[in-house]
Amino acid sequence: MKQLLAFVRKEFYHVFRDKKTLLMLFGVPIAQIVLFGFTLTNEIKNSRIVVADYAHDYASQEIIRKIEASRYFEVVKSNMSHDQIETAFKTGTIKIAVIFPANFYNDLSHLNKAQIQVIADASDPNTATTLTSYLNNIITDYQAQKAQQTKVPYLITPEVKMLYNPELLGAPNFVPGVMALVLMLICAMMTSISIVKEKEMGTMEILLVSPIRPFLLIISKVIPYLIVSIINLITILVLSVVLLHLEIKGSLLLLFFESTLFIISSLALGLLISVRAESQMAAMMTSQMSLMLPTMLLTGFMFPIENMPLPMQVLSYALPSHYYYVIVKAVMLEGLGFMSIWKETLILAFITTVLVVINLRSFKIRLA
Amino acid sequence: MAAITLDNIVKTYGEKDKKVLAVDRASFSVEEGEMFGLIGPDGAGKTTLFRILTTLLLPDSGTASVAGYDTAKDYTKIRNSVGYMPGRFSLYQDLTVEENLQFFATIFNTTIEENYHLIKDIYVQIEPFKDRRAGKLSGGMKQKLALCCALIHKPTVLFLDEPTTGVDVVSRVEFWDMLKRLKAQGITILVSTPYMDEAVLCDRIALIQNGKILSVDTPENTVRKYPTKLYAARSDDMHRLLKEIRSYPDIASCFTFGESMHFTFRSDDPHNIEKLKAKLNKAPHEYLEIKEIQPGIEDYFIQISEPAHE
Amino acid sequence: MSEIAIKADKLTKKFDDFVAVDAITFDVKQGEIFGFVGANGAGKTTAMRILCGLSKPTSGSATVAGFDVYKETEKIKRNIGYMSQKFSLYDDLTVMENITFYAGIYGLSDKEIKDRGESLLSQLGISHEAKTFVASLPLGWKQKLAFSVAVIHEPKIVFLDEPTGGVDPVTRRQFWDLIYEAADRGITVFVTTHYMDEAEYCNRLTVMVDGKIDALDTPTNLKKQFSVDSMDKVFYQLARAAKRSGD
Repeated sequence: MKQLLAFVRKEFYHVFRDKKTLLMLFGVPIAQIVLFGFTLTNEIKNSRIVVADYAHDYASQEIIRKIEASRYFEVVKSNMSHDQIETAFKTGTIKIAVIFPANFYNDLSHLNKAQIQVIADASDPNTATTLTSYLNNIITDYQAQKAQQTKVPYLITPEVKMLYNPELLGAPNFVPGVMALVLMLICAMMTSISIVKEKEMGTMEILLVSPIRPFLLIISKVIPYLIVSIINLITILVLSVVLLHLEIKGSLLLLFFESTLFIISSLALGLLISVRAESQMAAMMTSQMSLMLPTMLLTGFMFPIENMPLPMQVLSYALPSHYYYVIVKAVMLEGLGFMSIWKETLILAFITTVLVVINLRSFKIRLA
Repeated sequence: MAAITLDNIVKTYGEKDKKVLAVDRASFSVEEGEMFGLIGPDGAGKTTLFRILTTLLLPDSGTASVAGYDTAKDYTKIRNSVGYMPGRFSLYQDLTVEENLQFFATIFNTTIEENYHLIKDIYVQIEPFKDRRAGKLSGGMKQKLALCCALIHKPTVLFLDEPTTGVDVVSRVEFWDMLKRLKAQGITILVSTPYMDEAVLCDRIALIQNGKILSVDTPENTVRKYPTKLYAARSDDMHRLLKEIRSYPDIASCFTFGESMHFTFRSDDPHNIEKLKAKLNKAPHEYLEIKEIQPGIEDYFIQISEPAHE
Repeated sequence: MSEIAIKADKLTKKFDDFVAVDAITFDVKQGEIFGFVGANGAGKTTAMRILCGLSKPTSGSATVAGFDVYKETEKIKRNIGYMSQKFSLYDDLTVMENITFYAGIYGLSDKEIKDRGESLLSQLGISHEAKTFVASLPLGWKQKLAFSVAVIHEPKIVFLDEPTGGVDPVTRRQFWDLIYEAADRGITVFVTTHYMDEAEYCNRLTVMVDGKIDALDTPTNLKKQFSVDSMDKVFYQLARAAKRSGD
């Protein structure tokens, strides 16, 4: 126990005496949340939308007014033909177009169903998806309104994607992703670097020759970063609430429990990297390429998993960060309880156990 | 009982097609309480031998024991009873002198107070700087701190891999004085060095090159093995003298050695030296001086290693 | 022989409040083997970097091959060769590729590279190793090859930074044979070392302690001056004196 304490104290000396490490550990999470929260959201404002209204009736006018009122769109009214719209897309002046056919209101009120054609520039699929779903929302809104007024059931109910994000804010979706990213970064990268540093400095030789048990060595490397990660978790949550006005809907305790599980799995990954890597540079590159990038690209917080090619989807399901992302979204944004996420928790726990076991087995008691 | 034994140790590095033989059938033993020197240039295999003995590496074949324990099987026991100071400075540079010592004492399950008598002589010299970060110490002080850390758990066998390389002369002299005092306390010491002049400070020495142990003996006996008479020559124009002596047909070897050059003849002809002098005087040197000298460890090392280089 | 190859006057280099090189003054004659002796951290490498045009001094003046170390570093670099123990040749290039690369840097023509490369290899007795990767050469060969490459463009001055650290005694002497030959051709050799017996091979040398030059003379005169019989003891006396005053 005394050995462990001495070791942990030493690790904290390393952390607090190196300004670069300190910045990395505590500056990066703050920078990430601010950066992602404010600038890199997938919220798209004031997109130019072409509205071609061939109906010119009560219903179409009402919907157009709603579109105009939305801060996401800047309406360009023009009865363009299909060809003209296509040209406009090609020059890139517009992102999306909506066309109301003649007899729109007639169809709606008599047949109880009507069609609106929405054309989006899908060369940027993210923007296209977002814009269409904004538009969808507006139309659904209108339908719901109508339904209340007329008590006539409507046949078409467009699927609304941003169900749990009614204000259509981008930031909340990113917070769980940033949490996964930051915790992975701190845990995996910093642990692996700190171990590889001992190899580079030659201190590992002395530690190996000492009677200290490998298990103790691993634990004492892990504890400081576990503590730092939990501090970071608190920082991110506080920032999200204060700065991004996000409401944590679910149980805070559950969130911390799940986060700790994820942190342990990331620490284990970092340890695995450190076994292979021979230099701090290699450790950093490996953690970035094999952990950070997949976390960023494949967990689903930047790009929807459904749109990925199959191999990528499979890879996504092998990532601990994928499950963590789903869990955090469920607990934090949707306010769901443990019963709704027990499957993900179980998978995450399983991955963590496997990683820890591999680590204990592969730790070298000798140099080579 | 021998404190350290090596029996036919072989160690290779690298891939199958490009194997490098680091240690080639090395065998020797070190008695308890002995100060044993491993003398050889970089790349001779000294560090590999140290790593095998400190259980950091497994040999390809052969067996070794330290303090009576097998290096492969009983590695935990060896790790409890040896002190090791690796070749490069291997302490935490961002920790202070005192923090380093405290840390190593704790991981070896002891306290600074418990074995303070062992390190006292050395520690008092660095104590004024105990709040200084280890990375900011001078070379000599770093070595002293590293020695303290290696001694803190009262090891029975001490491994010192090139402790004096790159350290200034004053610190080197001080360091060897400290080793003598440790030896007096009964600690077995295996020390390596590339400096041949440090060899005479050991009880016995092993000369090592290209992974092979060339000779194991006391320094006195080692130089006694020198097979021929050795001469030293000097003049005001050393480079010309070197060329001229080398071009003399009966010369077996001739090389610069500090302020003079050392050479040997192929035969034991007693008139060799007069003949050489006569030849050299054809184009006179100022202050030409030739005399027979006692060979040193370095002379012997050159003598036995030369064939491999030609 | 009396032409001055390197001249330093009160040359000083400070890093923040740390004085690495403290007002050193000396000159080196053309064709001389000049030794710069001192322990690690005495300031040898810093002084050498300034003279090679890699680092600007804080104050003082110096010329190398007649060029100013403040303003004419590019001209200095064209007229010197440099070799250090730590880095000299690329392990993953062959012997000949290394030669071609270095000679190419100094603008030698293809024919010159070929001729000099071949004569260099035959002089070292390793012509058959031209296509061997440097990584698989013995350390001793590497060092000798590195030196020959450093003077392939026949520079006015060659700087050697701890060239023989850790090399076996035989190779070290063969290495010094090469240095002597280069000096015979008129190349000035500026060498740092912490091997005191090597210091004896220099024509003249300075002992650097704590950034200062404490003595400058021929090895014989230095020994006389301190009334001792080896350079080791000269250095011991100088270093001890410094330790008492400093730290």
